[in-house]
Amino acid sequence: MSALRNFGSSLAACRWAMPVLAVSVMLVAVIHQQFGLFNGYVEFVLITAGINIILCASLNLVNGYMGEFSVGHAGFMAVGAYAAGLLAVKVLPGATPVWAFPLVVVFGGLVAAFIGFLLALLSFKTRGDYLAIITLAFLMIVKSAMENIPFTGGPRGLLGIERLTTLPQTAAWVIITLWVIRNLVYSKFGRAITAIREDELAAGAMGVRTREAKILAFVVSSFFGGVAGSLFAHQLQFINPATFDIIKSTDILVMVYIGGVASLTGSVLGAVLVTLLAQVLQPLGTWRAVVMPLTLVFLMLFRPRGLLGLREFTWFLPGRELLGRIKEKLS
Amino acid sequence: MKLPLILASVLSVAVLAGCGKKAADSSSAVRIGLNVELTGELPAVGASSKNAVELHVAQINAAGGITIGGKKVPLELVIGDNGAKADQAAATAQRLLSQENVLVMVGPNASSCAIPASEIAESLKAPMISPWSTNPKTTVNAQTGKSKTYVLRGCFTDLFQAGVLAKFTLTDLKAKRAAVLFDVASEAPNGQANLYKETFEKLGGVISSFETYTTGDRDFSAQLTKIKASNPDVIFLPVYYSDVPLITQQARQLGITAQFVGSDAWSSPEIVKLGGAALESAYFCNHYSTEIATPAAKKFMADYEAKYGHAPDDVAALSYDSVGFMVKAIEAAGVADREAVRVALASIPSYEGVTGAMHFTPGSGDPVKSAVILQIKGGKFVWVANATP
Amino acid sequence: MEYFAQQAINAIQLGSIYALIALGYSLVYGVLSMMNFAHGDVFMVGAFACLLLVSIFPVPFIVALLAVMVITALLGVLIERVAYRPLRNAPKVSAIITALGCGLVIQNTTLSLSPYPRPMPRLFESVPFEFAGVTMNTLQLFIIGVSAGLMVALDFVIRKTDWGIALRATSCDRTTVPLMGVPVNRVISITFAVGGTLAGAAGVLYSQAYPVVGASMGALIGWKAFVAAVIGGIGNVRGAVLGGYILGAVEVATVVALPSTWRDLIAYSLLLVILIFKPHGLLGSPVQQKV
Repeated sequence: MSALRNFGSSLAACRWAMPVLAVSVMLVAVIHQQFGLFNGYVEFVLITAGINIILCASLNLVNGYMGEFSVGHAGFMAVGAYAAGLLAVKVLPGATPVWAFPLVVVFGGLVAAFIGFLLALLSFKTRGDYLAIITLAFLMIVKSAMENIPFTGGPRGLLGIERLTTLPQTAAWVIITLWVIRNLVYSKFGRAITAIREDELAAGAMGVRTREAKILAFVVSSFFGGVAGSLFAHQLQFINPATFDIIKSTDILVMVYIGGVASLTGSVLGAVLVTLLAQVLQPLGTWRAVVMPLTLVFLMLFRPRGLLGLREFTWFLPGRELLGRIKEKLS
Repeated sequence: MKLPLILASVLSVAVLAGCGKKAADSSSAVRIGLNVELTGELPAVGASSKNAVELHVAQINAAGGITIGGKKVPLELVIGDNGAKADQAAATAQRLLSQENVLVMVGPNASSCAIPASEIAESLKAPMISPWSTNPKTTVNAQTGKSKTYVLRGCFTDLFQAGVLAKFTLTDLKAKRAAVLFDVASEAPNGQANLYKETFEKLGGVISSFETYTTGDRDFSAQLTKIKASNPDVIFLPVYYSDVPLITQQARQLGITAQFVGSDAWSSPEIVKLGGAALESAYFCNHYSTEIATPAAKKFMADYEAKYGHAPDDVAALSYDSVGFMVKAIEAAGVADREAVRVALASIPSYEGVTGAMHFTPGSGDPVKSAVILQIKGGKFVWVANATP
Repeated sequence: MEYFAQQAINAIQLGSIYALIALGYSLVYGVLSMMNFAHGDVFMVGAFACLLLVSIFPVPFIVALLAVMVITALLGVLIERVAYRPLRNAPKVSAIITALGCGLVIQNTTLSLSPYPRPMPRLFESVPFEFAGVTMNTLQLFIIGVSAGLMVALDFVIRKTDWGIALRATSCDRTTVPLMGVPVNRVISITFAVGGTLAGAAGVLYSQAYPVVGASMGALIGWKAFVAAVIGGIGNVRGAVLGGYILGAVEVATVVALPSTWRDLIAYSLLLVILIFKPHGLLGSPVQQKV
C-alpha cells in the first residue's frame, strides 16, 4: 500500500538523516580548522554555542526528563573547568599535546560526575523544592570552595590555560553528548527517569528502580556538565569562581526552558537561540539583561513547556522508537 | 509546531550571515577598538575612558585624520563593553580583533579584565595598550615570565606604586605601623596590598594587621575591629573607589583615628560623592594631578570639561595618552598593519602626554612614569607631592 | 571581651535584617508553596525608593520609612498579580522560573537606570556611645529595635487577628479554605503585601547602616535571607526569624575567625548539613504527601 511505502521511505530517510547531519557538521568543522572558513569571532560564537548545547542537553536530562529542579548546573561546569584546567596547568608538565586534550576533558567530566553521584545520594531523601535548595547550596559551596583553595588560584582565578578547544573538538563532544543522552532516554533507564517525573511514588510502587535511575541521571548530567566546563576553560584560557555563579545557572535554565523541556531538539534550539541573542543584543548594553529574563517570564506565562517541550524532532528518535510510533499511527 | 523551529533557523541564518559580512568591510578609515567597563562594577572607569578616547579621536578627525603613507585618513572608533567581567572582556577582545577587525585595541582598564584580554591580543598578534591596569601580569606572560610582545600599558605598575606609597608612609607620614585591608577577590588590590607589605617591611616598617574581605562585602566591622586592636598609625586601603566610603565610615564609627592611605584605584571623583567626612585628609597615589598641569594637560582638561561638563580623572587622562601613543605608532608605521605597528611601538622611545612623559625601555611593555600623591581636602583632590622613579 | 560583645551586636543587627526579609519568603511559601525569588529585589527597591523619595521630598526619617513600606507592599502585590496569579495552577517549576525571571528583570532594570552605586543620605543621626566598654551607636539599636518590633507585631497579627487565622488556614489547605468563606485571593495578596512591607523596611534600615545603594544589593542579601528562611524551616514564621539570627551569627563569627572569603562556604555548608539531618529546616514540619 502506498501509505505503508510512504512511511517506509520516510523511516529509511530518518534513519540516515542524523548520521549524515553529524558527519557534515564534523566535516565543516574540520575544513574550518584547516582552511579558516570563519573568522575568529564567528568561531568563538560557534564554540560557545556548542558548549551551551552540551550544558543545556545535560541539564535537560535532570530538569526536563526527570522533572527535578536543579539550579546547580553551573557548579558541575565549574568543577569540570577547574579539574581540567588544574590538570593541564599545574599537574601536567609543559604544554598539553593535542591528542591528550580529549583525555583532559574526560577527566574534567569524571570529576564532575563523581560530585554528581554525591548529589544523587542526597536527592534520595529530599524532593521538589528542597532538592532545588540543596542544588543551590551545592553551587554556592563549589564556588566558595574554589575561592578559598589557594591551589585553584583563589578568587582571582586560574590563568594560563592553553587554547585547546577547537571547533572540531567541540562539534565532536556535542555529537557525543546528544547521542549518549538520546540513547539513555529511549532505553529502559530512560523510561524509569520519565516515570519518576510523572509520579515518583507510583513508579516506586510499580517496581521501577528509582534510586538507580536517579543516580544515573545525575551522573550522566554532571559528567557532560563537567565536559562543557573543561571545553569552556580551554576556550577562554582563564577561569575564575565569579563566572560560575547563580547567574550562569540561570542562563542555562533559560536555555532549557526556552528550547523546551525533555526535548533534545529543544536543547539545541534553546542553546543556539540564547547564544545568538546574547551576541545580537550587545548594542542594548545593560538592557540586554532585562530582555532575556523578560522573555523567560513571558514564555512561562504563555508557553510553560518551552518552544519544543516534550516533543522531539523525528530525526532524533532511534529506529525502534520510530517504528513503534509508526505502528501506532497505522493501527 | 514547526513555527518556532522555522523562526529559529531563519534567525540563526540571518545572524550568521550578518557575522560573516561584517569582516569583509574594508573602508579606508583606520579602526581602533575600545574595550572598556561601561556596565558592571566600575562604570565610572569605563565612562571616563570612553569620553577621553572619543575626545581625542574627534580632535584628530577634526584636523583631517591621521597621516599614513602621506595621506590623511579618518580614525574610526569601535567600542565594546566588558562589563568589568573577565570572560566578557575576553569575548569583547575576540569580537573587536577578529570580527570588527580593528587595527589595535585600547583597554581594558581593570586588571581582572585586562589580563584575559591581553592573552587574546597576544595570541592574535594585535597591539594592545591598557591605559589604567597596574597589575604586572597584564604585560607579562604567565607561563614564561617574559614580557608580552604585543601588550603595553599606559601607566606605572603596582610594583612602582607600592614602593612610592611605602616610602611616603614611612618618610612623609612618619608612620612606623601600618595595617592593610583589601579585597582578596580582585586582581589589582591583591597585587597592591602584597607589594606594599613587602616593600614596607623591607624599608623597616611593621605591618600591624593584614586583613581581607571579598568583593561585595558591606560590613567590615570584624576586620576593622581587629585592625583597631593592632594599633596602626596608618591604614592602607588599596581598594576600588566603590568600597572606600563604607570602609572609612565604619572605621571612624568604630573610633579608629588612623590615617587612611589609598592607591590609584581611588582615583574616581565619585569617591568624594560617596564618601563624605570620613575621607577627609586621606592620601592616595595617582597618575596625574590637575594642579601641576603642563600646557598640554591644561588644554586637555579645558577641552574635556567643555565637552563633558566635569574635570577629567586619571583614567581619562591615561586613556587620552594611550590613544595618542597608539596613533603616533600607527603614523610612524606608515601602514595599517598590526605587525608594522608593533615594530613602530617598540621604536618610539618616549611620548609626551598629558600625564607626563612615557619612556618605554626595549623589551618591556611597562613605561617609566612618575606618580603623584594627592590628598582629599574639602571634597577635592589636592596635590601633595611628586614621586619620580 | 568587648570585642566579642561588639561582634555580637553586629550579628544581631545583621540577623535582624535577614530575619525581616526571610519572613517574606516564609509567608509566601506558607500560602503558595512557592519560593518567591523576586523578594530580594523588593528589598533592593525599598532602599532605592527611600533614596528617590528623600531626594525629592525632604521628609523626616519615620515618614520616609513608612512611605517606603507602603511602596514595597504595593510592589509585592503587583508582582503577585502579574506574574504569579496566572500560574497558580501551573506546575510549580513554572512559578519558580517566573519568580527568578521577575527578580532578574527588576534587578537589571534598576541597574540600567542607575549603573553607579549611589550614596544614601544620613536620615538618622547616629550617636556613638560606650556601654560596658563596647562602642555602639544608636543606629544599631534602632535597627534592632524596629526589626524586633515589626516581628512581634507580625507574630501578634498571625496569632490573634482574623487575617492571621485566614493565613494559617490557607497555609494548611488551600483548596478547602475557600469553602469556608475565606477570600483566598485577597489573603494571598495581603501576604505578599506584608512580605513586601517587611522587605522595604529592611531595605531602608540596611541602607542607613551601610549607606551605599547599588542594584546588586537584592541578589547578595536576598539569597542569604532565603538561606536563612530555609534553615529555620521555610513556611514557618518563627523559623524565619530564628534562621535569620542564626545566619547573622554564623556570618559574623566566620569573618571573625577566618578570612572573609570563607563566609559563603560556611553559610551554605551549614545549610546543607541542616537539610541532611532535618530536611525541612530546624522548625519546619514534614509535609505529608498523599498518594
